[in-house]
Order: sequence, then structure tokens, then C-alpha cells
Amino acid sequence: MPTQPLDASRIAPGFADPVLDAQSVFRGVLAAMARPGAIAEIDIALEPPAPLNAATAAVCLALADFDTPVWLDAAAAPAADFLRFHCGCPIADDPAEARFAVIAGALPALPPFAQGSDEYPDTSTTLLFQAGGLRPDGGWSLAGPGIAQTARIGIDGLPADFAMAWRRNNALFPRGVDLVITADRRLCCLPRTTTVRS
Amino acid sequence: MTMSATDESAPAGDDEQHRTATIDGYNFAFLDEQTKRMIRRAILKAVAIPGYQVPFGSREMPLPYGWGTGGIQVTASVIGPDDVLKVIDQGADDTTNAVNIRRFFAKTAGVDTTERTKEATIVQTRHRVPETPLAEGQILVYQVPIPEPLRWIEPRETETRKMHALEEYGTMQVSLYEDIAKFGRIAKGYNYPVLVNGRYVMSPSPIPKFDNPKMDRNPALQLFGAGREKRIYAIPPHTPVKSLDFDDYPFDVETWNQPCALCGATDTFLDEVVLDDKGGRMFCCSDTEYCAERQARAAGRARGDAA
Repeated sequence: MPTQPLDASRIAPGFADPVLDAQSVFRGVLAAMARPGAIAEIDIALEPPAPLNAATAAVCLALADFDTPVWLDAAAAPAADFLRFHCGCPIADDPAEARFAVIAGALPALPPFAQGSDEYPDTSTTLLFQAGGLRPDGGWSLAGPGIAQTARIGIDGLPADFAMAWRRNNALFPRGVDLVITADRRLCCLPRTTTVRS
Repeated sequence: MTMSATDESAPAGDDEQHRTATIDGYNFAFLDEQTKRMIRRAILKAVAIPGYQVPFGSREMPLPYGWGTGGIQVTASVIGPDDVLKVIDQGADDTTNAVNIRRFFAKTAGVDTTERTKEATIVQTRHRVPETPLAEGQILVYQVPIPEPLRWIEPRETETRKMHALEEYGTMQVSLYEDIAKFGRIAKGYNYPVLVNGRYVMSPSPIPKFDNPKMDRNPALQLFGAGREKRIYAIPPHTPVKSLDFDDYPFDVETWNQPCALCGATDTFLDEVVLDDKGGRMFCCSDTEYCAERQARAAGRARGDAA
């Protein structure tokens, strides 16, 4: 990918406090990953550049760096400069090389992303999907590790065949991608162990 | 900087007493930000794959391997200024290892520390799970010496990794069976292997098998850090954790034929304390905070009766 010189004046600011903001965002993601279906709130000041929402931008700033190629879908491509400037992360052309994927458009098929191997299932891609909205007690019923009985969540903007695609992802265990779903300043997580029913 | 702004032996509960002056010249919680990001990513994948050991780039810490470098790195990557930290070593809050790690985070992160399990948001532990049940939202960080449960059976990492990948755990069952053939029971008393969420065989770290049932469906998040061996793994809340056994030799925990000599508890893990060189000994709770609180409550009741 040819790189243009960056015009830093057009780059939106990142974390006001890089150390404590990153810590608080990570704790939100950790709480959400440990309790699938629980919604975490990103409680820091951050004006993300379009098309990123605050939660997606915050997670990228907290977790991406030169070790983590990030793949952007066509809708998220305008955020490349912001991510390169603040995170120093390579932008991956191939989804199979991505540690993180930022999806601002429709959720694509999951198999092209890195799935990890049976020996190293942790090398799979973590997808950051910007949903239309997140509601507690919505139409999806979740079960699996981190959930006492079942959890309910409403996610706007998932494709119609998501339940089937996610069952296929479940079936790959221990391989498979993990999903962080963001909306505005909120996020929830679907690790590969979580089963969903509509 | 003054070395001891805190009296570590002060009773818990008073925040001011447990504040230590933070030291200049270090990043928040000691580790640099790139290291924290790397460890945080490893922790998230560990939570997503319960019981699987995620490799990570373990750093040199200002204390030797074997003193909890893995647990400290996990805690340093998780902890924030609002957290309240408890550290235990074999159940005790007042041993060298526990005091030093608590002081380390008080100085480098400026966090409040406590000896009360209920007040802590993060409990770092060496070799015990607290007797007080943990609650939703708490994080238990284990210090792990050897994260690979199959290591004593198969020394090659390439092979154990393949065994985990293929869910090939027959040799582990055989090693437990050999115990039964030799001793008539499964002789493992600590580091008793568990099966996490029906998939990965995992080392619970050298906790007594007495604590294994507490891991099962625990509402707290359990994180494990092995510094020398460079592995992080996790058990999400409410996740089934089963101690390996046989139908005709079911798993059971230790029992004692006397209560704690100090607080009278009959449902805790007891340490044997040698009192003299004439064979004198007593058994008392290994969890010092739990024991002290029971003694304080009993003393309070006695005073109340007298009044």
C-alpha cells in the first residue's frame, strides 16, 4: 500500500491520558470478554474520527501497536491514518494476517480472517464490529463460559445469517475468531466459546 | 522518597494508613505501555479460550523468577488507580512475598491495599484460593510456577502442545491410575489437574486440592500468570472446572480430625504448626484474614455476652 506523507493537523487526537485511559478501556473490554452479553461503557473523553465510533477507536488505541496488523473494511478505510499515527500499527491487506479487524460496514464472512491453529488458537483475529445499537435484554440469547445461565442482548445490524455463521465459528473451537461489538460508547463481546440463539 | 510511609501491620479498613507514597521515575504499575498492551491482548485471548495457555513475552521483573513474576505482570497490566489490591502467599497476608508485592503496587501504582478479601477488587495469590467466597466483578490472579499440567509426563513443549491441540489426555489419566495402583488412591495433594469447560486440562497452580472445588463456576474472573515459563491462562466466571478422577475413585478433598486451634473453623484448609521439639503441634487456618476475622467476631460476641 503506497503511503502518503501524513498531514498531522488533520489527525484527531487520541487518548488524553494514554496510560490510564488505555487501562480503563482494557478493563471494560476484559469485563465484557469475561461476561459475554454484558455491556461495558467507555468512560473516557475521546472524539473519534469518522467512521469510527468512540468504543472502536478506544479499543484500537488501547490494544493495537506495531505488533498487530489491523485490517479495515472499505467503510473503515478512512480511519487508516488515525490508527497508523496513534497506534503505529501496520494496515493489513489480507484479513488472514490481521490480529484486529475494524468493520464499519456490514459484517463480512468470518472464515477469511485468521482462525488460529489447533496448537496456537490465540493467533486468531479479534473483530471489532460497529453495530447500529446495543441493548440489554434484546433478541439474542447467549450461553457459555462467563455466563451463569443465559444472557440476553440486542444487537442491531447483524446479518440475517449471523446465527449460522457463528455456529460454524463455535464448531472450530479451539480455533475461531472473537468478536467485539461496539455501538457509540458501548461494547459487548462474543468470544468463540459463546453460543447464540435468536 | 521515604521508604515506609505505611505501617504494613496496621489493621485493615483505614485507607489512609494503607496509602504508601508512590515513587517517581516509573510508569504507572511499573511495566511500560507496550508490554502492558501485549499482556492485555494475551489475557483477552486467554479468557476467550478457557484453560488454554497463551504464550507471552514475559519481562524481567525486580524480583527473581519463582517469586511471582507472572502474577505481578498480570496484575500490573490489569490494575487501575481505583482498584484495591490484596496479596496472599499460602493464605497469609503477612509473609515476605505478600507484603513486598503489595508494597510494590502501592508504590508503583498508588493503589489502596487491603487484607480483606471482600474489600479487594484484585486478589493476587500464591498457592491458595481465599476461604471467603469471591464475588462477581473480583479478579483472582494466580502466581504459577509450571503452567503445563502434562510437563511431568512429557517434557517436550512441542509434544504437550500437540496433546492439548488433539485433546489427547490419556497419559494424564494413566498417571492418576498409577497412583491408585501404587497407593490405593490418587496421591496428588496440590497442583491437582483440572478440566476447564470440558476441553483443556489445566494446572490450577500449586493450590491444595482442597481449593479445586472453589474454582468451579466461581463468579470471579481467574487469571493465571507464569513468568519464567511465559504463559498466561484464564478461567472466565461461572465456567465449569472439574478435577480429574475416575468413576470408582471420585475426587475428594482433604479433611482434618480437629478444628482450627485459633478460630475453631471446621471447613477451612488447616496448616500444621510445630510448637516445640517435643512433638507439640497445632492446626490452624492457612487463610490468616479469614481466621482473624472469625476470632474477632467470636471475641466481639464474648464481650457482648459479658456486657
